[in-house]
Amino acid sequence: MPDLQQLRAEAEAAIGAAERASELEDLRVRYLGRKSELTQTLRSIGELPPEQRGPVGKQANEVRRALEALLGRRTAELEAAELDRRLAEDRVDITLPGDPPLPAGHLHLVSQIRRRMEDIFLGLGFSVVEGPEVEYEYYNFTALNHPPEHPARLPQDTFYLAERVLLRTHTSPMQIRAMELQQPPIYIVVPGRVYRPDTPDATHVPMFHQLEGLAVDEDITLADLQGCLLQFARQMFGEDTKVRLRPGYFPFTEPSVEVDVSCFRCGGSGFVADERCPTCKGEGWIEILGSGMVDPNVLDYVAANGYDNERVQGFAWGMGIERIAMLVYEVPDLRMLFENDLRLLDQFGAGP
Amino acid sequence: MRVPVAWLRSYCDPGTSAEEIADALTMAGDKLERLYRTGVGDVSRFLTGRVLRVDRHPDADRLTVCRVDVGRPEPQTIVCGAPNVAAGQTVAVALPGAVMPDGTELREAKLRGVASSGMILAEDEVGIGEDHFGILVLPGDLPVGAPLAEHLPIADEALELEITPNRPDLMGVYGVARDLHAVTAAPLAEDPTARDAEPAGDDRAEDHVSIEIDPEICLRFTARVFDDVRIGPSPLWLKQRLVAAGQRPISNVVDITNYVMLATAQPLHAFDLDEVRGSRIVVRRAGEGETMTTLDDVQRTFDPEAALVCDAEGPSGIAGIMGGQISEVSSRTTRVLMEAATWVGPNIMRTSRTLGLRTEASARFEKQLHPEQAMAAQRLAARLMVELCGARMLPGTVDVYPNPLPPRVVSLRIERMEKLLGEHVEPERVDGILERLGFAPRREDGRIAVTVPPWRDSDVQREADLIEEVARVHGLDKLPTTMPSREQAVGRLTASQRLRRRVEDLLRDRGLDECITYSFTSPAAIERLRLGETPLLRLGNPLSEELSVMRPLLLPGLLDAARHNAAHGRPDVRLFESAHVYSPALPLDGAGPGSPGGASPARERHHLAVLLTEAAPGGWRSDPRPADFFAARSLLEATMEVAGLDWRVEESGRPFLHPGRAASVAAGGREIGWIGELHPLVGREWDARDPIAAFELDVDAVVELTSDRIEAYSDVTSFPAVLQDIAVVVAEDVPAARVEDIVRAGGGDLLGELRVFDVYRGEQVGQGRKSLALRLEFRAPDRTLTDDEVAERRAAIERELAGIGGRLRA
Repeated sequence: MPDLQQLRAEAEAAIGAAERASELEDLRVRYLGRKSELTQTLRSIGELPPEQRGPVGKQANEVRRALEALLGRRTAELEAAELDRRLAEDRVDITLPGDPPLPAGHLHLVSQIRRRMEDIFLGLGFSVVEGPEVEYEYYNFTALNHPPEHPARLPQDTFYLAERVLLRTHTSPMQIRAMELQQPPIYIVVPGRVYRPDTPDATHVPMFHQLEGLAVDEDITLADLQGCLLQFARQMFGEDTKVRLRPGYFPFTEPSVEVDVSCFRCGGSGFVADERCPTCKGEGWIEILGSGMVDPNVLDYVAANGYDNERVQGFAWGMGIERIAMLVYEVPDLRMLFENDLRLLDQFGAGP
Repeated sequence: MRVPVAWLRSYCDPGTSAEEIADALTMAGDKLERLYRTGVGDVSRFLTGRVLRVDRHPDADRLTVCRVDVGRPEPQTIVCGAPNVAAGQTVAVALPGAVMPDGTELREAKLRGVASSGMILAEDEVGIGEDHFGILVLPGDLPVGAPLAEHLPIADEALELEITPNRPDLMGVYGVARDLHAVTAAPLAEDPTARDAEPAGDDRAEDHVSIEIDPEICLRFTARVFDDVRIGPSPLWLKQRLVAAGQRPISNVVDITNYVMLATAQPLHAFDLDEVRGSRIVVRRAGEGETMTTLDDVQRTFDPEAALVCDAEGPSGIAGIMGGQISEVSSRTTRVLMEAATWVGPNIMRTSRTLGLRTEASARFEKQLHPEQAMAAQRLAARLMVELCGARMLPGTVDVYPNPLPPRVVSLRIERMEKLLGEHVEPERVDGILERLGFAPRREDGRIAVTVPPWRDSDVQREADLIEEVARVHGLDKLPTTMPSREQAVGRLTASQRLRRRVEDLLRDRGLDECITYSFTSPAAIERLRLGETPLLRLGNPLSEELSVMRPLLLPGLLDAARHNAAHGRPDVRLFESAHVYSPALPLDGAGPGSPGGASPARERHHLAVLLTEAAPGGWRSDPRPADFFAARSLLEATMEVAGLDWRVEESGRPFLHPGRAASVAAGGREIGWIGELHPLVGREWDARDPIAAFELDVDAVVELTSDRIEAYSDVTSFPAVLQDIAVVVAEDVPAARVEDIVRAGGGDLLGELRVFDVYRGEQVGQGRKSLALRLEFRAPDRTLTDDEVAERRAAIERELAGIGGRLRA
């Protein structure tokens, strides 16, 4: 019969001195394992005289529980210490850069502006339609009331692929195509590429983008045109933007108007910090599009599809997407938009 | 059109500043491009003076020292270099501090040792003329020391107006004045062409010249004859008006033709009648290759469309564009034939464009003037010829006008106007606007019958044109702001537009940059892609060979963009473009003049292309991921997933792709694109390093193939799926897609998701074979699968694999 109190003292000292989890395991086997003195003592309790069984058993169990608890505590302590040591070794230079992210991509400036425009007009009840860029002269000029001798038809101003086949010079041919396909009422916008044989310089490129608008119904007025474009301008350039219609001239609208918006840079004052505003050149107004009431002659070309010019009327406009993009983003040279230089493109369009 | 403000005010003066006049005109549609100041700066330093005495300069032969009385207690001492200065002259004097027309400030100066305080002025020094030879000698009755500006127009402003092609009348100052009168209601002076000169003598114009015209190219030809003409300089007031309008004064007769054109918009031409051979004028078309030397000393060659003004022996001018040297007015001229004609606008425009010769005259004629304007111009010119050149006007006008145009009457309905504009305009106001513009309105029941003045005849021919006139003069700023009442309009994007936006966003979010490149490319670029056999759409009039064909695929544009960025320090790019590509469809020359009925002349498809020169950038603990086939394929898979299209790749090369790393993208039994790594030799043509991965998809085809797709719920939550991984050993040349097909055939309806997740080659599978690890997902919508059912499918897969010499690896 061992001296249980001595055994306990010896074991507690050994456990307290252990410095590794593996040593603790060895001590657990030695003091609490199947062959340990304590286990043997508990097993052989039946052989003791009956009056001794109770006190010895109770004492042995107390020692066992105490050692188990101590082992558990000590194991936890050592594990925590070991983890701390390992974590200390895992230390990194937190000032090094993170993993290279996949860089944010970007939509092209022109696409962003095009989408913003489309979304504004979708909200105003216009559908987005698109059409061919290689176009018949009929749709590009004739049905848009350009007389046969109109100078825009000359090869100086239009790319031709064959007689009567050209690259569209504006998105307006879709006015006719859309009206051929759909009876009135019609409310559409037409974004797309257009082409003119201009030698590239800061304000000319042979390919650019327009957004056409067309609304034909029984009661569409010039005042409605002003309302629609005011809504557009406010959403595009800011809530305080004002719109100004000026008389203009286009073969396929009558009356024709040029549309100016109050300058969103200087608020229409013409000055930014006492300097002449660079955006509106001090005028306070910026011309953004050409527009007007659809010319009755144009409706005559689609009269067979319900466009009787005594019964329906409407407005149309065409605006340059690049022009707006250059104004909004202050891009100085139109050619830059088509070089696809990422130093430019990466500045815009990672967002919504 | 450059409009001198003082001249404009002489016809209509609203009493407001030049800026306010410009604003009023701009809002009437006559847009101000620029406001010029002409002449001198501050006029207060310019005075009249009298030369008291003139002494030789002690140290300079060409200079004189003048004492000039400018109304001050002491005369000014002014050193002068002009040869014509003399005591007793009344002259124009600038005092120190004066700002000259060129912007310089006059200072006290010592000239060869003599102090000079001021300058005696020549014409050009006050912006009146161009004469710099001698000083300006003023009439002797002018008071001395008076402000010069009270006697000479030494400071003016000019409005540069943008004139729309429908408004030839605004190419004359009086026409602009009429618009200004219409919008401001300020009084309008009498039309300068209203009164004619008094003819004198017994012989008539037609005794001295005969005229023949071709009515197809000349609507009217009028000629008047003047004799006893004294050629000399024009008076100062006329010179000043010309200079302020941007014209150079030459001599009185030439100046009169320019002045009348600037005033009325009708160009004139003056001939030296003694040089008109045969005293005969013939207007005809040019012969093919016919030549003539124009006033600017250039020999011009014509085609048969060009209209020429000839005398008995040959051409003496290009009709409506420029005269010839042959009968030019000179200092010896005494007899003048004054021509005012009406040409066919489109013909003038065409010839002007063909010759590359645009003049003040052609700019007006090409907008189509009315024949009445020719006679009006003759009247004003005649008065000036008599007044300024001392000429005698012979009675009669030789007037060839075979088809006189009747006045045009257009009807205007008030309610129609209001319905179009969306605003009410009082009928009285409508009448007033039309009258101020020179129209003659007459009320009829519910309508206004409006007689159109000749100078507006080419523009105002219909009711809509009159509505425009009323709207612009009434003021578009008064227009209400309303929205269409629109009952049936719903804005929406098409399926194609939605898909394109989705895919473009997806690629952007995966780190790609969108490019927009030109739709045209060069045949050489197509050759470099080894696609020389591809049928191309060619431009008839390209800007350059580099931009001469419509591209049949997007790839060359992205390669150009990659090269541009590499050359500017960004060799590693991830790019995409979403745009049309073009190929011939119908024969292009078959187009008729009428409606093609919705047809398109070419085959245009919307494509999406991706080009990578790097898949992902590296960092301090990882290498960059190269732009290989699978980097591109990952993006293609993501694209196809959002499109919702069942698709596959098929082994199929492209001439510009790596022969072992190229594929067609197929769906619905069609080829809808390609994917691969660029052939190294092709990449080299664009100065690019290997590898470059790319794909290009026909987005229109994707839309067509998914148009009837229905998205519906399938039950994947009620019963659990059974996941199994298998390893399939097959010969090296069996593609993974083939294995997937076989496994799917064996798996049957119970097999759901299926994906290759590893490829192993090595001793365990033997030479010439590979092992593909696949994850299979079995499920049934109506029950939990038993182990037996799954084992059965697995056995079936094993049987199917045996058919291609494959086996399952334990």
